[in-house]
Amino acid sequence: MIHASLKEVVSALDAKKVSSLELTDLFLGRIAQHNPTINAFVTLDEEKSRAAAKAADAARAAGNAGPLTGVPIAHKDIFCQDGWRTTCGSRMLENFVAPYNATVVERCNQAGLVSLGKLNMDEFAMGSSNETSYYGPVRNPWDTERVPGGSSGGSAAAVAARLAPAVTGTDTGGSIRQPAALCGLTGLKPSYGTVSRWGMIAFASSLDQAGPMAHSAEDCALLLNAFAGFDAKDSTSLERDNEDYTRSLAQPLKGLRIGLPKEFFNADGDAATMAAIDAALAEYRKLGAETVEVSLPSIGQSVSAYYVIAPAEASSNLSRFDGVRYGYRAPEYSDLNDMYAKSRAQGFGEEVKRRILIGTYVLSHGYYDAYYLQAQRIRRLIANDFDQAFKQCDVIASPTTPGTAFKFGEKSGDPVQMYLSDIYTIGVNLAGIPALSHPCGEINGLPVGMQLIGPYFSEHRLLNATHQYQQATDWHRRTPAAFA
Amino acid sequence: MAFTPEDVQRLAKLARIELGPEQVNATLGHLDNIFGMIAELRQVDTNGIAPMAHACDVGQRLREDKVTDGSIEQRDRCLALAPESEAGLYLVPKVIE
Amino acid sequence: MTWEVVIGMETHAQLATNSKIFSGASIAFGAEPNAQTSLVDLAMPGVLPVLNREAVSCAIRFGLAVGARIDQRSIFARKNYFYPDLPKGYQISQFENPVVDGGTITLQLGQGDSATTKVIQLTRAHMEEDAGKSLHEDFHGRTGVDLNRAGTPLLEIVSEPDMRSSAEAVAYARALHNLVRWIGICDGNMQEGSFRCDANVSVRKPGEPFGTRREIKNLNSFRFLQQAIDYEVQWQINELEEGRAIQQATVLFDPDTGETRAMRTKEDAMDYRYFPDPDLLPVIISDDWIERVRGEMPELPEAMRTRFEALGLSTYDAAAVTASLEIARYFEGALKVAGNAQAKQAANWIMGDLSARLNREDLGIDAAPVSPEQLGGLIARIADQTISNAIGKKVFDALWQGQGKSADEIIEAQGLKQITDTGAIEALVDEVIAANPGNVAEFKAGKEKALNALVGQIMKAAKGKANPQQVNDLLKKKLS
Repeated sequence: MIHASLKEVVSALDAKKVSSLELTDLFLGRIAQHNPTINAFVTLDEEKSRAAAKAADAARAAGNAGPLTGVPIAHKDIFCQDGWRTTCGSRMLENFVAPYNATVVERCNQAGLVSLGKLNMDEFAMGSSNETSYYGPVRNPWDTERVPGGSSGGSAAAVAARLAPAVTGTDTGGSIRQPAALCGLTGLKPSYGTVSRWGMIAFASSLDQAGPMAHSAEDCALLLNAFAGFDAKDSTSLERDNEDYTRSLAQPLKGLRIGLPKEFFNADGDAATMAAIDAALAEYRKLGAETVEVSLPSIGQSVSAYYVIAPAEASSNLSRFDGVRYGYRAPEYSDLNDMYAKSRAQGFGEEVKRRILIGTYVLSHGYYDAYYLQAQRIRRLIANDFDQAFKQCDVIASPTTPGTAFKFGEKSGDPVQMYLSDIYTIGVNLAGIPALSHPCGEINGLPVGMQLIGPYFSEHRLLNATHQYQQATDWHRRTPAAFA
Repeated sequence: MAFTPEDVQRLAKLARIELGPEQVNATLGHLDNIFGMIAELRQVDTNGIAPMAHACDVGQRLREDKVTDGSIEQRDRCLALAPESEAGLYLVPKVIE
Repeated sequence: MTWEVVIGMETHAQLATNSKIFSGASIAFGAEPNAQTSLVDLAMPGVLPVLNREAVSCAIRFGLAVGARIDQRSIFARKNYFYPDLPKGYQISQFENPVVDGGTITLQLGQGDSATTKVIQLTRAHMEEDAGKSLHEDFHGRTGVDLNRAGTPLLEIVSEPDMRSSAEAVAYARALHNLVRWIGICDGNMQEGSFRCDANVSVRKPGEPFGTRREIKNLNSFRFLQQAIDYEVQWQINELEEGRAIQQATVLFDPDTGETRAMRTKEDAMDYRYFPDPDLLPVIISDDWIERVRGEMPELPEAMRTRFEALGLSTYDAAAVTASLEIARYFEGALKVAGNAQAKQAANWIMGDLSARLNREDLGIDAAPVSPEQLGGLIARIADQTISNAIGKKVFDALWQGQGKSADEIIEAQGLKQITDTGAIEALVDEVIAANPGNVAEFKAGKEKALNALVGQIMKAAKGKANPQQVNDLLKKKLS
């Protein structure tokens, strides 16, 4: 069962070959066995998980099962989950037991999904390697000397190591797609406004979006059906009819136009990665797709624009962590301001503090126009680039990352190098459009991810293309040897 | 772009983050590098381009004016999360106006 | 050497909604600490604001009432600073594109015939959330934070520095206070903090550029506003005359000492790092919405004043009866019964006997025991000479004490109807002339005062019911 697709899991539950409780115990057992190595989970509560599984079994027995009732899932620790410790990877929230459910969690609970525990992540989702978590780095199941990617590194590692069949992730600049690529998963960042942000601890509010991470596009489609939908509690949630994201999975790819941005397909790319991407594109052509060259002229500025906008929003979003109403408070201080300054100095890690300071600077008097407004103008240029490109193609393809999973410490000393590795993923968040990463090869035993980007609300199309590709290939079914 | 220790201290003070002298220097180096990267933005001609604050160009959805929230039970549950509280209040070091 | 005082006002009016501006918690006053806080008001991790439509409608209504431009694409911004009563570490406010842009408030200055008007320009009015409350009483040397007020919807109304005295500032605050209550967007309760004024005060030599200003914060009564400005102006003049420069500062007024003092500076108060709130998209205000609000708007005080002046009221009287919507409604109610021709009389009664009595018994006009219709009926009887003014006061008193349902009923029951039968009055006149030869002689000798004594005697004999003019005329005729 640990390798089964969600559809197979549901069939087994339907056929009473397995109960939700048995499944839950199976995964909890694997977590107990492997988490000490992988460090994907930061909080477990077996009692709660098993109670939810029993409730799911009861609902199923009573004929009240929904499409995913009884399926285990685990949530990134950025989502508030009522009664569960919710840390966001930070010392700041080490003892914070959330008093409410994020809408994503609530919707999963309503759908009968069984929560296995909370997943490790870069602190406040700021990182691309999971090295910024206060709870220690997550290890990549494909090579435990290497990073799983970030910030949804615990999510990716949990699925890759078969500790959970499905997980939630969040993506502000690539935090679903990049770890999905480095761990051999399929991960989807939906259009901004598709999945409610209520209860998802904010990093950069205008960029953050939650999405599914699992083995396949089909699994992601089923999960997105559960996550997505209008939520009155989030002003930026879009008021649209509910979609069935599985509806187009079976559609043949004949005539699908895949755009290849010349800015991404040039001699600068990593040769082995580009070779894997080329092979995947050849497979897509075999399935009936055609490729066309497109251009994203401003994409080169996306990293810079992002590292102005995201820290600006974050610096403000993280002001609420002040040691007054919840969270860490320094044990010793002289007065109110000293209490703030020490609590925040001790409660936040280095990368978080760095980004707060960057954000404070770009919003401060005299620099706002030059940095913040300018970055927002470039944001528009980038969004316009995508609009133009989608006049010539249906989806855009690129590598998800410049290379495969790197070793711990390899990039953490140089934030700029780390930031620049987000070049393929960041533009998508600035534009608000959906994108997906799926496995498409291996280099030296490490997975390679390919990114597909679509226009607003084209999730079904991205899932369709990937599903067709995954019908013809088996990269998404590969398992790291130690976890088979 | 070259930050001075005073710049860093000013930002740290605004952001209420205590930085020791060593951290100031380390931070200064990082900020110099990062703003070295970001500096390219300032070269881009964006004349006539409207800033984009939100991903989606739609208007804000508003709420009806109804009381739907707030109770003693919820207050007590939230207050239990506070580092220091008393008599229904959050406590902080003395504020002098 | 004279100094010119320059005052600009920033006024926070709490909007009369049921729930908070960005959450579903109640804004009712006086709840247990923190019992009216939602997860949003507490700034729990992961929560998001959702804007209250009614709060925006209130802002639009104000904008229309002051003749401002309504920004149809209004933006909410974050104002970043740390304070224990500000849970998010930022206040959601408006910076660029506030809902209300410009507008004017007309002040009534002076009394009686010397009354004048002055137009004050408004800069803008923007929506924002209130902060919580820090309680400084002793919790073992700690400060307690109550967030019930956090998230209460406010309209911050900013004027140009157009006022030139504390009296003008008070007149402005009163006019604004009247207006926001008039249009129903604020209950105006100053004790509860629903209407708070900040005054930006500076002094200069006439013709010179503006001086450095100091901002007096949180004045919650008109009296304090006046006292604080007067003290502050004198203080600034003293400083300047002694050769010291004024430093820009935020000051607090201490009602006990009557003095202002600079607050401990919020050191970084100058860098709020405003930026558009990414959680809140632009508010689109359609023409339809604006027209709907316009349709619900009551007649405004200025329009009403003009209408009342056309009925013959002086500028001063017209301003007096439109000092609040309640008074204006009362005035109109009385006029409906008494007739428009009695406008001046109705104003006199309301501003005179009625308000004196209300003051004495500490009642608001909406709690007056004499209804507008009753007063109107009384005025009508004086006008048609059924009773005299003096008897009118007696009837008013009887109405106040609930001795009858209407002036007519009391006049009838107590037999107060004026004697208009000339024969009956003549008889009384003759009687009094016969009984007071001394006075008659004095009058005939040229002492005008003696006539008054005779009139008094006759009125007494008539139990006040004779028409004094008629008595006077008859008496003179008989003695000539």
